[in-house]
Amino acid sequence: MDEHDRPLSPADPTPAGRRSFLDWLLGLSAFGTAAAIVYPVVHFVFPPPRPKGRAKGAVLAAQTSELAPGSGKVFPLGTRPAILVHTPDDKWRAFTAKCTHLSCTVTYRDDMNMIWCPCHDGRFDLTGKNVAGPPPRPLAEFTVVLKGDEVYVTEEAERG
Amino acid sequence: MDRLWAWLDDRVGLEPVRHLMAQKTVPRHRHSIFYYLGGMALFLFIIQLGTGLLLLLYYEPGVSTAYESVRRISGEIPFGWLIRSIHRWSADIFIGVLAVHMFTAYQMKAYRRPREVTWLTGVALFGVALAFGFSGYLLPWDDIAYFATSVGTQVAGVFPLVGKALLQLMRGGEDVTGATLARFFALHVVVLPFAALGLLGLHLLLVQRHGMSVPPGVTEKGRPRPFFPDFLMHDLVGWTLALALLAALAALLPAGLGPKADPFASAPADIKPEWYFYAPFQQLKMIPAHIGPFEGEVLGAVGFAVLGLLFALVPFLDRRAAREESSRAFSIAGWVVFIYLVGLTCYAWLH
Repeated sequence: MDEHDRPLSPADPTPAGRRSFLDWLLGLSAFGTAAAIVYPVVHFVFPPPRPKGRAKGAVLAAQTSELAPGSGKVFPLGTRPAILVHTPDDKWRAFTAKCTHLSCTVTYRDDMNMIWCPCHDGRFDLTGKNVAGPPPRPLAEFTVVLKGDEVYVTEEAERG
Repeated sequence: MDRLWAWLDDRVGLEPVRHLMAQKTVPRHRHSIFYYLGGMALFLFIIQLGTGLLLLLYYEPGVSTAYESVRRISGEIPFGWLIRSIHRWSADIFIGVLAVHMFTAYQMKAYRRPREVTWLTGVALFGVALAFGFSGYLLPWDDIAYFATSVGTQVAGVFPLVGKALLQLMRGGEDVTGATLARFFALHVVVLPFAALGLLGLHLLLVQRHGMSVPPGVTEKGRPRPFFPDFLMHDLVGWTLALALLAALAALLPAGLGPKADPFASAPADIKPEWYFYAPFQQLKMIPAHIGPFEGEVLGAVGFAVLGLLFALVPFLDRRAAREESSRAFSIAGWVVFIYLVGLTCYAWLH
């Protein structure tokens, strides 16, 4: 009978102390191996925040000729939509176009003179304040700069 | 634990599993070390499934996103480089282990009756593994990937009669484009995994049914080794070593990424396929443009296909082994082909 045929049973003559030490060592190795697999996998599964894919700066939102007083347009600001409004009293304002309720994209309603969210009838006045419907907070406002006949919007000087 | 087992046994019928675990043995003789190769291949395949699934969380197929997403995996995602590098290295080693597994099974005449179907599923699995490697190579969409795929699909295109159609089918058009990338992606993550799991299931089922093959003329040493837990424990040691090797290779030689594929740029100077395609690659480089009335590349490609077919059909060709007699001619032919392929591979590697 060669060494491999020896049955591994509690009746084995290996001293109990050495056996339990080996068991402990084996368990530790198994735990270490498992941890070395689980740790990277868990970190891999959760993505790091995406860096904002652009320099903080001005975005050309519209030409002044595009928007008569009492109108608005949605335009891309970085990776998110924003809304530019030319108010009836000839002011230019820009807000995030994502409704503060459930993130639908808002639009300008010239019949109400309001920013309106079509999903759940949320309403904001032309300063971005939530005035009716379910939205819990006002829309964040961006800085608008007029340069000749071009309207620029910057995100960094965000207010509200 | 016993109650849980009894509960499950009552409803699922686990007794055959217990019976198999108790009865399964592995023969002992001077070649029995080669019995570990199948389990090693299985382990590496599971690594490929796991890491592949993780890479799918971030990989975005498409000509404008594939390269960028792979760069993001390697550069930005925590441990992305590790997962991707292990996937690459494990693929390379997996195919190497499969090749040795197949060669030793061939030399041990494990293909003889009643294991012909086991052999055929094994050869098919090797084909699936090569297809995995070929399709996966394109997915990062860097310049080497692009040109390697152009050349590889072109080789398929030289086959008489079916070549043109095959080329169109693989590329999804005349050239390697985003359509090719979409096809290769679907092949790599849907078609091939299904094929591999089906074939593997059948292969493993047949191995359980017939047990391990003992080569003709080899005498067994002592009682067979029980599979549970003896053989499995030895397997586990091998798998742990393999995992350590993969981690070391991934850390020391992580998977690279060349410049993004540009169909209007010229091919990089040192372009080579993956190592397991070195032999046909070198063969096509060395074969003259014309041999008699035939074009050299056609002859080279068809030659390799015929070689593969003969290899798959060997259980039906080797009549002596089927009668449990020694078949030296097949052993020698196996060595000649093996040395030829290894020679070509080394030559391509060194040049």
